[in-house]
Amino acid sequence: MAEPVLEATGLTRHFGGLAANLDVHLSLETGVLHALLGPNGAGKSTCINMLSGDLPPTRGTIRYRGRDITRLTAHQRSRVGIGRSYQRTNIFAQFTALENCRLAAQSRNQRPWRIFTDALRFTDTLERARAALVEAGLGARENVIAGTLSHGEQRQLEIAMVLATDAQVLLLDEPLAGMGSDESAQMVDLLKRLKQSRAILLVEHDMDAVFAVADRITVMVNGVVLESGPPEQIRASREVQEAYLGENAEEEGAHV
Amino acid sequence: MSENLTRAFKLAALLALAAFPFYGTDFYTEVVAKILILAIFAMSLDLLVGFTGLVSFGHAAYFGLAAYMAVLLSPPDFTPASLWTLMPLAMLAAGLAAFVIGLFVLRTKGIYFIMVTLAFAQMAYFIFHDTKLGGGSDGIYLDVRPTAAIGGYTPFDLYDTVHLYFFVLVLMVLVYLFLSRLLRSPFGRVLVGIRSNEHRMQSLGYATFWYKLAAFTIAGTLAGLAGFLYAVLFGFVTPEYLSWHKSGQVLLMVILGGMGNLAGAIAGAFVFVGLQETFTDLTKHWQLLMGGVIVLVVLFMPGGLAALPGRILNRLRKEGRNG
Amino acid sequence: MDFTIFLIQVLNALQYGLLLFLVAIGLTLVFGIMGIINLAHGSFYMLGAYAAFVLTSLTGNLFAAIALGIPLAFVFGVVLEKLLFSHLYKRDHLEQVLLTYGLILIFEELRSLTVGDDVHGVPIPELFAFSIQLSDVMSYPAYRLVVSVVCIVLAIGLYFLIQRSRLGMMIRAGSHDRDMVQALGINIKTLYAVVFAIGVSLAALAGMLAAPLSSVYPGMGFSVLIISFVVVVIGGVGSVWGALVAALIIGFADTFGKVLVPEWAGLAVYLVMAMVLLWRPEGIFRKG
Repeated sequence: MAEPVLEATGLTRHFGGLAANLDVHLSLETGVLHALLGPNGAGKSTCINMLSGDLPPTRGTIRYRGRDITRLTAHQRSRVGIGRSYQRTNIFAQFTALENCRLAAQSRNQRPWRIFTDALRFTDTLERARAALVEAGLGARENVIAGTLSHGEQRQLEIAMVLATDAQVLLLDEPLAGMGSDESAQMVDLLKRLKQSRAILLVEHDMDAVFAVADRITVMVNGVVLESGPPEQIRASREVQEAYLGENAEEEGAHV
Repeated sequence: MSENLTRAFKLAALLALAAFPFYGTDFYTEVVAKILILAIFAMSLDLLVGFTGLVSFGHAAYFGLAAYMAVLLSPPDFTPASLWTLMPLAMLAAGLAAFVIGLFVLRTKGIYFIMVTLAFAQMAYFIFHDTKLGGGSDGIYLDVRPTAAIGGYTPFDLYDTVHLYFFVLVLMVLVYLFLSRLLRSPFGRVLVGIRSNEHRMQSLGYATFWYKLAAFTIAGTLAGLAGFLYAVLFGFVTPEYLSWHKSGQVLLMVILGGMGNLAGAIAGAFVFVGLQETFTDLTKHWQLLMGGVIVLVVLFMPGGLAALPGRILNRLRKEGRNG
Repeated sequence: MDFTIFLIQVLNALQYGLLLFLVAIGLTLVFGIMGIINLAHGSFYMLGAYAAFVLTSLTGNLFAAIALGIPLAFVFGVVLEKLLFSHLYKRDHLEQVLLTYGLILIFEELRSLTVGDDVHGVPIPELFAFSIQLSDVMSYPAYRLVVSVVCIVLAIGLYFLIQRSRLGMMIRAGSHDRDMVQALGINIKTLYAVVFAIGVSLAALAGMLAAPLSSVYPGMGFSVLIISFVVVVIGGVGSVWGALVAALIIGFADTFGKVLVPEWAGLAVYLVMAMVLLWRPEGIFRKG
């Protein structure tokens, strides 16, 4: 097994008396897409928020390539190489798609002192932004105002922004939420391409998509890890089926 | 409006301002100089309110502080101070105060930020109002205007109203150019990003607190420049320079002009002083009329003056279609 | 410090803090429930004080003035909410700041037009126009004690109103989660108008009670507004009990600041605020 890029051990978060996450272990490796499954309220969002630094854990440690990053803030983790996308589209709606990615790319080389130079003249930043747009499949849409893009395109832009930060670890929170089947298929293709050179954590409801792209799956229920392993193991696990898959299959059916 | 048209309009306005002292009386030259100083003040606040999304209701503190510095750092014996040291020192004092206060106020957001900036400004007000530092509540006179002499050469004389006018005009244009440049730089883009979505900026890897603190300090420094010039123009300083009235007025200029628009802030300063002068001519109770205008602007004119041409055009187009 | 002097200062601090609390309730509730920053809130205090002056000279008695003034303030609050503030709920803070700033100017000028710009005194009601002997040379004015007692009674009444009544339940729900109130199907328009009018009435009452103590002067509303902001910042937006604790802290900081460092007393309050901001940027009683 490859060396983990991001590793969380004993991750715990209490809200009042309630344990939203209890002793969660997770590890992400380059080239591996790790999916996090679980019914609503299982603690997936809490988990991803702790990994991205949006929420401090009550207990536990998070390591990036062996370095303890538990106490780093969200922006510091981004600088380390962890990028995240949000479940509810979180873009700069008034800016063009390119400016969204340019701001993301600029965060790698911020040059706050160059106050007399037009930001558009730093070609390294611009090229990185364009490359990210192309990689996410938005190459032809760079001058469109982000708020006017279609829902699916906004989800792609969300990912393009993470790519523009050159993140080595992608934490993707339901990138397929609200997408039609065509758009979903495109996104699945994108995820397959992305995982080749990066470590990905995917939180997703869409079962078909998860089993189509995931190399490893962790199932959470009520804040604890129920089972973790390759997709075949998860599919075969009776516990998972009882606790989650059966019930969720109906739910998913009802959704679509 | 197309970009070229806007540029031509700005240039014409600048030419008109440059020609003004040769046609107007000294009285009106001073009034316009006052407006230009307030325009610097309004632009500095627009950097916070319009571009970074920080609604500061205590911006007069830095304006007033620098005005006091102009007096307190001048030699006490009627010899003029050097403009070239006094002006930077006054700005530095304002910037330093903004930096320190910023460390506190920028820990808060939204409603808290508005209240806390106001409270800190009021604290600065009380320092000058309650203590003998700057003549207490009566204020203090700037006995002599600073001199622009460098070595033996004096390029201009601040006692000459026209000279002073042009000095102020040049500084205002420089501040406009500086801020326009700044806003196009990587730094400025981050500020606009913070206004749009600060949380996202953080998750992209920006330490937004320090960016906001830098903006707050720059805005305070430029407000200090305005305060310094105001003290030089009027020759005396009172605690009223730091009062919430001043903070409210400059905020009003920014809104009148339309937030996030530097030229708008300048226009806002003109409109505000214009209204003020008109209303004071009409009645002693001019603030009643001003208050009425404010209420009406908020209720019926979102977007300020800058949005007005667009709104009028839209209306005309609609009527054209209907008619 | 002599014990009697100390006692007097403690009583003064309590009385000042409790009056501040009355003013701050409206501010913090209107922030917490309607999400509105109201700069004109101090004007209600000023208008209350001037109403006390005018009505006392008409009726000859401060208590009659208060009895007339409170319903007037309540109606004034409802009208203001319906006419102006109800348009502000969906606007951003900047527009709220601006409109309420305009209102301050209007209220001050209306006051100036009708009553003038002179400083006025309001006589203490005869019933309480005596002093309580604390030692051979020290005495304490009874009216100040009355003010404190009235405030305490109001605070207790408010406690029952908020904790036990249906209106209180709605207020608690509203300051906790605005959307929840709507989900509960409560008539939000009425709730807003009532809460706003209660805030106006309490601020006006504070002004009326304070009139005999501080005299009545232009600009008195704004200084009380700033201090009330400090109270709300320290206590935490939307928290009534936070406002009570914060108001008492400020009462003591200000009163003892004036005794110990007279020239710099104006700063004491702000230093307290700065320290709280360092410690808890969202106030002592912030939620969540």
